[in-house]
Amino acid sequence: MKAIEEIRADFPILSRKVYNKPLVYLDNGATTQKPKVVIDALNEVYLSYNANIHRGVHFLSDFSSEAYEKARESVRSFINASKKEEIIFTSGATGSINGIAFSFGERYINQGDEIIISHLEHHANIVPWQMMCERKGAVLRVIPVDDNGDIIFDEYLKLLSSRTKLVSVTQVSNALGNIVPVKELAEAAHSYGVPLLVDGAQGIQHGMVDVRDMNCDFYVFSGHKIYGPTGIGCLYGKEKWLNELPPYQGGGDMVDKVTFAKTTYNELPFKFEAGTTNYPAAIGLAAALDYVDSIGRIDIEIREQELLHYAGERLGEIKKLKIYGNSSRKIPTFSFLIEGIHQYDTGMILDKMGVAVRTGTHCAQPLMDRFGIEGTVRASICFYNTEEEIDILVKGIEKVISMFS
Amino acid sequence: MTINEVQDSIIDEFSLFDDWMDKYNLLIDLGKDLPVIDPKYKVKDFLIEGCQSKVWLHPDFDGKIINFTADSDAIITRGIVSLLVKVLSGRTPQEIISADLYFIDKIGLRQNLSPTRSNGLLSMVRQMKLYSMAFDARGKYDAIDK
Repeated sequence: MKAIEEIRADFPILSRKVYNKPLVYLDNGATTQKPKVVIDALNEVYLSYNANIHRGVHFLSDFSSEAYEKARESVRSFINASKKEEIIFTSGATGSINGIAFSFGERYINQGDEIIISHLEHHANIVPWQMMCERKGAVLRVIPVDDNGDIIFDEYLKLLSSRTKLVSVTQVSNALGNIVPVKELAEAAHSYGVPLLVDGAQGIQHGMVDVRDMNCDFYVFSGHKIYGPTGIGCLYGKEKWLNELPPYQGGGDMVDKVTFAKTTYNELPFKFEAGTTNYPAAIGLAAALDYVDSIGRIDIEIREQELLHYAGERLGEIKKLKIYGNSSRKIPTFSFLIEGIHQYDTGMILDKMGVAVRTGTHCAQPLMDRFGIEGTVRASICFYNTEEEIDILVKGIEKVISMFS
Repeated sequence: MTINEVQDSIIDEFSLFDDWMDKYNLLIDLGKDLPVIDPKYKVKDFLIEGCQSKVWLHPDFDGKIINFTADSDAIITRGIVSLLVKVLSGRTPQEIISADLYFIDKIGLRQNLSPTRSNGLLSMVRQMKLYSMAFDARGKYDAIDK
């Protein structure tokens, strides 16, 4: 793997200061920073070939359409989907889930049907299903988690039944960092003929993702969490599902023929891409995926496991600190509380020391309720972070303890 | 002291410190002076929405002035509330409604709180002003009713 100094130099923002102190960016779970190649790719679109895609007959439109379709191929190859028609560009993971929840609901869901999610889910993988259940009179069932924040597999098996119509789970808990055994969940769901959606928002950037090996039916992720631009994300769906599902948005480019009497829809993937998509961001996302591959996804995973162990040990030395989500399979995300100190106070002081963390419920209120807490401090680490930065975090926490106790 | 005199004295106090850690330490200390809310008011009705930490605020109107008591589960937030209470408590509804709270900017609180957190601070101010408007309206109504 490239030397850490070189990697950090790829991300211009990492060398900036905040409050006159070096930035220690440990909020990668919320969004990741962008390497210069991504920023350059975005600039390049607007500087030299911007034109709406799939519309014009002119040179620039052809050029940008081609770049956009190449980006689709990059995503396909990155997640090892069978066909590029299975890759839909969306606004992000949230947009993808909302779209599927609507389409799937319209096509397949009736009164009394059940959708299974887990207790780990981000609100984006809860609320769209609740909305669908309300619309259709369906029921939301929840796989419980144990005290480590691992889903209880036997309870999942008990929830599966002939009433189950879809299972939607996260690949990695955004609040705790726990990795969910999605492949095993898919296998069990399929034994009931039930499709599985995987929310890869916190999974795709931390290792290899192979949707065919995982055998999920849908996979969604956001570009901005894998070093790409904001406002772009993907929905992968097995072709047979995407063919059967109705579009969730109508507009330009998604149509075959429009008359006032009836409209027929375009083929995949365009059927699900109504209106002008965020094609510059899609092109930027492809640059991000290329970048990740140039570093090496296996190397990234190994490096992040090193950081996981180092941070786990260092944080473990702090007596008053309690970590939530002590799973044996984790990404380097640490959700913690210091005894007797509010997460907000901790976050404010860390901020002043240049350390960016997130505080609060992390859009996972039911999970916080499960642990009987109102929120945590979350340090989410990725491959461009260093042991020295973790040391600064630890020093910051010690400072917090000395100030508030 | 007038509202502005209290604001100026807070600005003076904070100007003694350049370092943000010292300012926070001052906030933590100030939080200890906050007139503590009666536990029976630490309920949802007196909870202010829009803060990352919980803030309870109770107004007590004696027909002339409003006295505020408050609390927060976060210590820095308690310090911030205590500043607002210091400035606005013991004033008439009219004084509170027309108060221009320039000290928030002057001591660097607003710039140093991110928008969501800052909304928490603004929510507190808004809630205090809302109570004042309600008491003011009630006062006017009572006067007419007599």
